[in-house]
Amino acid sequence: MSWHRPHLLDIESLSADEILTVLDTAKAFKAVGERAIKKVPALRGRTVVNLFIEPSTRTRTSFELSEQRLSADIINFTAEASSLKKGETLKDTARNLEALNVDFIVIRHSAAGAAHFLSRVLNTHVINAGDGAHEHPTQALLDAFTIRERKGKIEGLNVTILGDILFSRVARSNIWALTKLGAKVTLCGPSTLVPRTFEQMGCRVTHDVDAALRDADIIHLLRIQHERQRKTMFPSIGEYTTLFGLNKARLAKARPDALIMHPGPVNRGVEIDNEIADSARSLILEQVTNGIAVRMAVLFLVNGGKGPQEIAAG
Amino acid sequence: MPEANIILNAPAIQRALTRIAHEIAERNEASAEVVLVGIQRGGVPLAERLAALLAGIWGHPVPCGHLDVSMHRDDLDQRAAPEIHPTVIPFDVTGKTVVLVDDVLFSGRTIRSAMDSLNDFGRPKCIQLAVLIDRGHRELPVKADFVGKNQPTSLAEKVRVRFGETGKEDEVVLEKP
Repeated sequence: MSWHRPHLLDIESLSADEILTVLDTAKAFKAVGERAIKKVPALRGRTVVNLFIEPSTRTRTSFELSEQRLSADIINFTAEASSLKKGETLKDTARNLEALNVDFIVIRHSAAGAAHFLSRVLNTHVINAGDGAHEHPTQALLDAFTIRERKGKIEGLNVTILGDILFSRVARSNIWALTKLGAKVTLCGPSTLVPRTFEQMGCRVTHDVDAALRDADIIHLLRIQHERQRKTMFPSIGEYTTLFGLNKARLAKARPDALIMHPGPVNRGVEIDNEIADSARSLILEQVTNGIAVRMAVLFLVNGGKGPQEIAAG
Repeated sequence: MPEANIILNAPAIQRALTRIAHEIAERNEASAEVVLVGIQRGGVPLAERLAALLAGIWGHPVPCGHLDVSMHRDDLDQRAAPEIHPTVIPFDVTGKTVVLVDDVLFSGRTIRSAMDSLNDFGRPKCIQLAVLIDRGHRELPVKADFVGKNQPTSLAEKVRVRFGETGKEDEVVLEKP
């Protein structure tokens, strides 16, 4: 058990011990979500700002519910509704929020490093809810939680991440988390989206789907980002589906106990076959459920002050 | 080295628990309504042993749960986030007599948190409190119903309760700074 950080900015700087502390704490918060009364007073009287400069429904809803279940007060900001549209800088927006005496800022931004920047200029707790193509730490933590819950461990597992790795913050955070916890990570996808430079992060890179799926305990699919589809990256969505989409024929060659994950939103019929997405081997909805528990754990942990961790008896 | 005195050894702990079990039985005629809830961590092994002793007295099993109060503490922003241990209450507490069990009663704040937390699981008919050591220095109006040993202490001293698997290594130690 160790956690003494006031922020959660990335996975890269965390130790395996710190990641496991989040996962262990999340286990207790998952139990809270299964009770008739799903709320605890841990953040009573604290104010959280959800500063979502880049659109997000899933992550924002998950954070909001987590904050409510911890009894925090919440303010939501979206890009459209904020003065950023009027030319205000991120720093000024954040400073104004700080002047309202908020305690936490949860930030989603299209620029890599936005969360780190805020943590340097503000005195509030900062949680990174996704910064550009850099990191999405809470997604990686909930993925690790889900894998550990279903497989009983992470160390020694083969995890294949398939899809648009290059532009994916989910992939980067997952690679950091999984390699730190001792999993063997394989990356696969079109060579334009999965460059060999990722080998420097301690993963195997292959462009052969069957080879990538053969020994996988976990098949982690990433969304092909229609909105960021760059024509130069691969010829067409149809070709991607033919070459890299997860269909029944491909899955039949994988291990029978291999489980499938996807951070959502799912493009049915593109990166994943309809039936597979709904099958018993799909953990997609469990990931959503676990996201609440993991985000509650993160908020609970960063809220901690500087005092001792050990509780005196009595 | 801090000076350490054993204030309860293994047989003394066993005698204290046996007496507490009989006091609980004496106080609660309707034995089927009694459930035990040990507070993580120190109260959990004590609650398990009391449940076994009460089962022997009453001749039927006594339900026993574990409660972690970390999420209901009042000092969360003044200290590093505490380690959370499992809360397992595999029965409905509504209408039951819940005996909360902890190792050391000190400020009373843990018990306040425990009563708040228990509320989220239902509405007990009544809550009683059993502790192995009452060391004084209450900061809240909390009083134990069943006490193993009253031990006057100074604020600088520490009370350590050690429980082994077999019960032979059990001891309560008072450490002076």
